[in-house]
Amino acid sequence: MKELRLMKGNEAIAEAAIRAGVDGYFGYPITPQSEVLEYLMLQKPEERTGMVVLQAESEVAAINMVYGGAGAGKMIMTSSSSPGISLKQEGITYIAGAELPCLILNVVRGGPGLGTIQPAQSDYFQSVKGGGHGDYRMIVLAPFSVQEMYDFVETGFDLAFKYRTPVMVLSDGAIGQMMEKVEVGEQKQRLSNEQVKERCPWATTGKDANRERNIITSLDLDPQQQEDFNHHLQAKYKEIEEKEVRFEEIQTEDAEYIFVAYGTSSRICQKSVQLARAKGLKVGLLRPITLFPFPSKRLLELSKQVKGILSVEMSAGQMIEDIKLAVECNIPVEHFGRMGGIIPSPEEVVEALEQKFL
Amino acid sequence: MAENVINKDIVKEENLVYKKTDLLTEKPLSYCPGCGHGTVHRLVMEVVEELEAQDKTVGVAPVGCSVLAYEFMDIDMQQAAHGRAPALATAIKRLFPENYVFTYQGDGDLAAIGTAETIHACNRGENITIIFVNNGIYGMTGGQMAPTTLPGMKSSTSPYGREVHSMGAPMKITELVAELPGTYYVTRQAVHTPAAARKAKKALKKAFENQKLQKGLSFVEIVSNCNSGWKMTPVQANQWMVDNMFPFYPLGDIKVPEE
Repeated sequence: MKELRLMKGNEAIAEAAIRAGVDGYFGYPITPQSEVLEYLMLQKPEERTGMVVLQAESEVAAINMVYGGAGAGKMIMTSSSSPGISLKQEGITYIAGAELPCLILNVVRGGPGLGTIQPAQSDYFQSVKGGGHGDYRMIVLAPFSVQEMYDFVETGFDLAFKYRTPVMVLSDGAIGQMMEKVEVGEQKQRLSNEQVKERCPWATTGKDANRERNIITSLDLDPQQQEDFNHHLQAKYKEIEEKEVRFEEIQTEDAEYIFVAYGTSSRICQKSVQLARAKGLKVGLLRPITLFPFPSKRLLELSKQVKGILSVEMSAGQMIEDIKLAVECNIPVEHFGRMGGIIPSPEEVVEALEQKFL
Repeated sequence: MAENVINKDIVKEENLVYKKTDLLTEKPLSYCPGCGHGTVHRLVMEVVEELEAQDKTVGVAPVGCSVLAYEFMDIDMQQAAHGRAPALATAIKRLFPENYVFTYQGDGDLAAIGTAETIHACNRGENITIIFVNNGIYGMTGGQMAPTTLPGMKSSTSPYGREVHSMGAPMKITELVAELPGTYYVTRQAVHTPAAARKAKKALKKAFENQKLQKGLSFVEIVSNCNSGWKMTPVQANQWMVDNMFPFYPLGDIKVPEE
């Protein structure tokens, strides 16, 4: 029996966390994602599932609480928006360096600096290329609906524990704030401490006589050992690139031109495809669902079929760099975007396509 | 030759007056000769051993000289970013409330870069133990001025001595956290003599036992030396500490729970 709810994106991800059996959430208020913490506090998850929810003194403290909880083997998440995510970068690189699983939600707003509280997609570089210091990546999931905000909690944690890596849900102010119908899943039991020890034999659960002590660290003062560890991380990222690429295609079969867009932009582009088709233009859409790993192989294939790609982003053009790398100069790749918290209209996108390619 | 006593004649049960705790690993300490960290490590591990809590103790050591504490302590440990240990410990304890959780922090870590994490963990009354080793200097990075460097004290970034007017006064953060309702037990100890070390161990044990009471945070400052950073011999450093650090950071309990 389906259970349907009308929810904001931010509420959906919070409800999903409770139902997925997440053990801990640590956050700090910032617009446009404060509803995550507010919803959790209102729901009394300590009573519903025993989940720990804490408002930290800063984003820095919150991400380090995530580190501590994840290092203890528990399912831990946090959320923030762009300026707060910048503050979390220290913790994220330590989490990547210590190979800890966790889920981080970024409900992106326009920048740089304090910028605006309106939606944007200008944190692509920060999320996909690293953000913090050192050679690391994290898996980045880009939801385009409230339903995906809900679904990506479980998807994200599955990937995080499978690869012992931080996973980011890269949303934006529009998807965080808008209300849609959501099918919610069943309540799952949180893992017992015994199950946690079984799933995460590396975690700091307390050293018993049966094992060596567990150490969570990202420090290695021996250059050779550190380089070996760097190779280990890179091998893991390569495996992720081979196995975990996710994307969706709309009307690309006969397309002569395609839009590439994720999140809110991809919602706009769905309409733009219809408008363009009504004009007789053979246009399709490729929507990356994972931004790292990026659907480069598929784009390379498509570059042998289509005449041009329009990258549609609510930024000055960030993802376009990955598209260009993917298509190996086979076809022209152009950018269309709005910034400052402005969402492009479907008509503007079609106009941009016509202007740049026709 | 008959008088030649060999080791196995001495190491007999009845002659045993001291034994290194099993909870310290065999790895030689990386600290400078004369440094107080080795003694504090030993005391903490003795306390855990006496509580029979190896299997339910998790330590957090952030950036600083003691960042490698996990090499020496035979318990589960997490290494933290600079200043963030109380945040890690908050989560570890809340997710495993039955475990003993402690942080082991230096003065730059706890009273400068980690001030917010320290004060807020104390203010929330997290049910953890904070061990604060204060030697008035950044030892690991080579002797820079710390938030607890004394007025007039020379360091590599206060080469003419700490000038309070422009560099600020040393911070008595232990007195500061004692004012917060969330702290249950706050004390300042030292380990420069056997007597002081015995008192410090009692304080540490109390701080760990307090976690069972769930009444708030226990905070143990250990005023210690840094003979390398202070550019002194170990003996000179201990004497300088007695003459200069103790008058500014007086030893003893600062906040004691009512009996």
